[in-house]
Amino acid sequence: MSQQMAPSQMTGAKMVVQALKDQGVEVVFGYPGGAVLPIYDEIFQQNEIRHILVRHEQGAVHMAEGYARSTGKPGVVLVTSGPGATNAVTGITDALLDSIPVVVLSGQVPTFLIGTDGFQEADTVGITRPCTKNNWLVKDPNTLADTIHQAFHVATSGRPGPVLVDIPKDVQFAEGTYIPPQKARTQHYQPRVKGDLDAITQLVELIEQAERPVLYTGGGVINSGPAACQLLCELADASGIPVTSTLMGLGAYPASGKNWIGMLGMHGLYEANMAMHDCDLMINIGARFDDRITGRVNAFSPNSRKAHIDIDPSSINKVIRVDLPIIGDVGHVLEDLLKIWKSRGRKTNREGLARWWKQIDDWKAVNCLAYKGSGTVIKPQYALQRLEELTRGRDRYVTTEVGQHQMWAAQFLHFDGPNRWMTSGGLGTMGYGLPASIGVQIAHPEALVINVAGEASWLMNMQEMGTAVQFRAPVKQFILNNERLGMVRQWQQLLHGERYSHSWSESLPDFVKLAEAFGCKGIRATHPDEVDDAIRAMLDYEGPVIFDCLVEKHENCLPMIPSGNAHNDMLLPDGDVRNAIKGAGGALV
Amino acid sequence: MSALQISQGSSKHSAYELRDPHAEVIESHTLAVIVDNEPGVLARVIGLFSGRGYNIESLTVAETDHQGHRSRITIVTTGTPQVIEQIKAQLGRMVPVHEVHDLTVEGSSVERELALLKVAGKGESRIEALRLAEIFRANVVDSTLESFVFEMTGAPSKIDAFADLMRPLGLTEIARTGVAALARGV
Repeated sequence: MSQQMAPSQMTGAKMVVQALKDQGVEVVFGYPGGAVLPIYDEIFQQNEIRHILVRHEQGAVHMAEGYARSTGKPGVVLVTSGPGATNAVTGITDALLDSIPVVVLSGQVPTFLIGTDGFQEADTVGITRPCTKNNWLVKDPNTLADTIHQAFHVATSGRPGPVLVDIPKDVQFAEGTYIPPQKARTQHYQPRVKGDLDAITQLVELIEQAERPVLYTGGGVINSGPAACQLLCELADASGIPVTSTLMGLGAYPASGKNWIGMLGMHGLYEANMAMHDCDLMINIGARFDDRITGRVNAFSPNSRKAHIDIDPSSINKVIRVDLPIIGDVGHVLEDLLKIWKSRGRKTNREGLARWWKQIDDWKAVNCLAYKGSGTVIKPQYALQRLEELTRGRDRYVTTEVGQHQMWAAQFLHFDGPNRWMTSGGLGTMGYGLPASIGVQIAHPEALVINVAGEASWLMNMQEMGTAVQFRAPVKQFILNNERLGMVRQWQQLLHGERYSHSWSESLPDFVKLAEAFGCKGIRATHPDEVDDAIRAMLDYEGPVIFDCLVEKHENCLPMIPSGNAHNDMLLPDGDVRNAIKGAGGALV
Repeated sequence: MSALQISQGSSKHSAYELRDPHAEVIESHTLAVIVDNEPGVLARVIGLFSGRGYNIESLTVAETDHQGHRSRITIVTTGTPQVIEQIKAQLGRMVPVHEVHDLTVEGSSVERELALLKVAGKGESRIEALRLAEIFRANVVDSTLESFVFEMTGAPSKIDAFADLMRPLGLTEIARTGVAALARGV
């Protein structure tokens, strides 16, 4: 018998669990397999960390994203080697594109088998190198704890993102020295959070003079935290500058706020896109001039000075050349900005702003979200308006899949606080919403969590209903079922002469029976008159619900900036959408 | 030599020292990137270039600080000014990257490359090759009755010129290390 181990001596597998505890992790989303069995054995022998058994590793990462996005804490995933890791790749890439902090721990074949094409071996660090912020292969148990602590640091510092630690099975069995977070190696990775004060002062000067300013906010505000959102509200409300937001930034400024002019971008509001096009000062706060936002780049807001606040230097001047870059954390920069603006007397160009708001009100009068109602068919917009109405005032979180329903949800649901809206913005991952909703529900067991879905996206990860039922996550799956790949169909109408190539499903499941098969509740609504009662039944049911809302099959999602068009060249609800995308725009996505 | 100004976040001289942002002119820049010498770091840097469609004209890498486990990667790349700035920012935000220096804009620098050239021939062309090698200060590091291996160090353009001259004289093989570069002065 060996002498008793010092407390810091332990196996690699034990270290993993210890490191997670020391990092404050409460939940791990994962799926066991040969190369992670020692870690699962340690998980079995403790009660502090809860493990949620998913049905597919992609689901695990999306759940971790939902958890992270709704709490501000990193999400943690545990998968096995080979297919476990490759299945996680879509989720990891999704987290990278949307800057979501996720720590993925993957098992690997033992070090002596690496490179031999062993069973369930894949070059996980090689495969995930381009889709993580950083990743590590740990070959020595003495560096394992340190590496996990570094992984948490990297995932949550600067612009957040996914990281991966690949742990061979022999390292999990081997003994080594555990290092607590406080003693982990000093990180040279310390992104700058304070913005340059001269630049911030220049921005204050621009704000004081601007006649037509606009705040263009993005997911970076939410990533910066609730305090940053509070500062944004203070700045907007005190200065009277209109606020628009990207898909990722919804909720940072409340939709009920007086300066809110709606989401911008391809399916953004007319008034928001017109304001972006005609402004004389654009203040980009934590957004990245994504191509869904800019439309045609050389026609993007031609007459404005542009300031860009971002924690990631590579976001600056990547797509749109800006006049005033400020590199720093949104919260820190806004705090300094407000301090300087107040100390200089809270000046704004009142006359200019008054004219600007009058102009914006004229644009609002266009009523760009108008749609033709129906007494016989459920319009998807109507279903969402009723959902909004019947859930108002509740502690509500919304996730979505990807497609038309996602854009309608962004247009018709209103968010008055951050971390309430989880959607796959950058990667546009169909199949995100269901697992994400479970991740949110695990983090907020008492809250109302709704996944607004399309039937096609939803089917991509529907196996996770098993997870929802097993872990009693009462998620509400609100499926706008048009029996079509709605957005693909819309583009085929706009761009491909109404030739609907493979954009409908001929053998959809009966979603109510499917719900029963999973052991949860199924509800169907087929007529507008049923919608309210059906939604109430969904809300009243205590467990998970699959809500099959049969909607208009060929409804288009409008307004829309067709690819290759400028912001002020939008398709509005009463426009002719046939072959709306012409010329070079046809090559764009 | 100071590190890339990006981390300063200053806007007075534009955070990026962009010269003409709208110029579509293709420039060649020599970057020195100081990285942790850890497994996969080179793949990470190269993957950035291939993944985002940037060019690599030349690349050298070796550990330069054995105690600190730091390597210096010297990359010669080409692109428009906007692309060059993106490359630097993308490199700068990678976790194992400590410093990014653009030797092309941070004042003058010296650039050297080492090349080995095998020239096979007999008679007059063999003598001519040796004579030219002397002019170019190339050393003979291997010799048989029918061949020489020349070693030469210099700017890439000098090696190009020497190789062009050797071609008609029987150049059969050439190995080049890629550019190593340092800023001039302190």
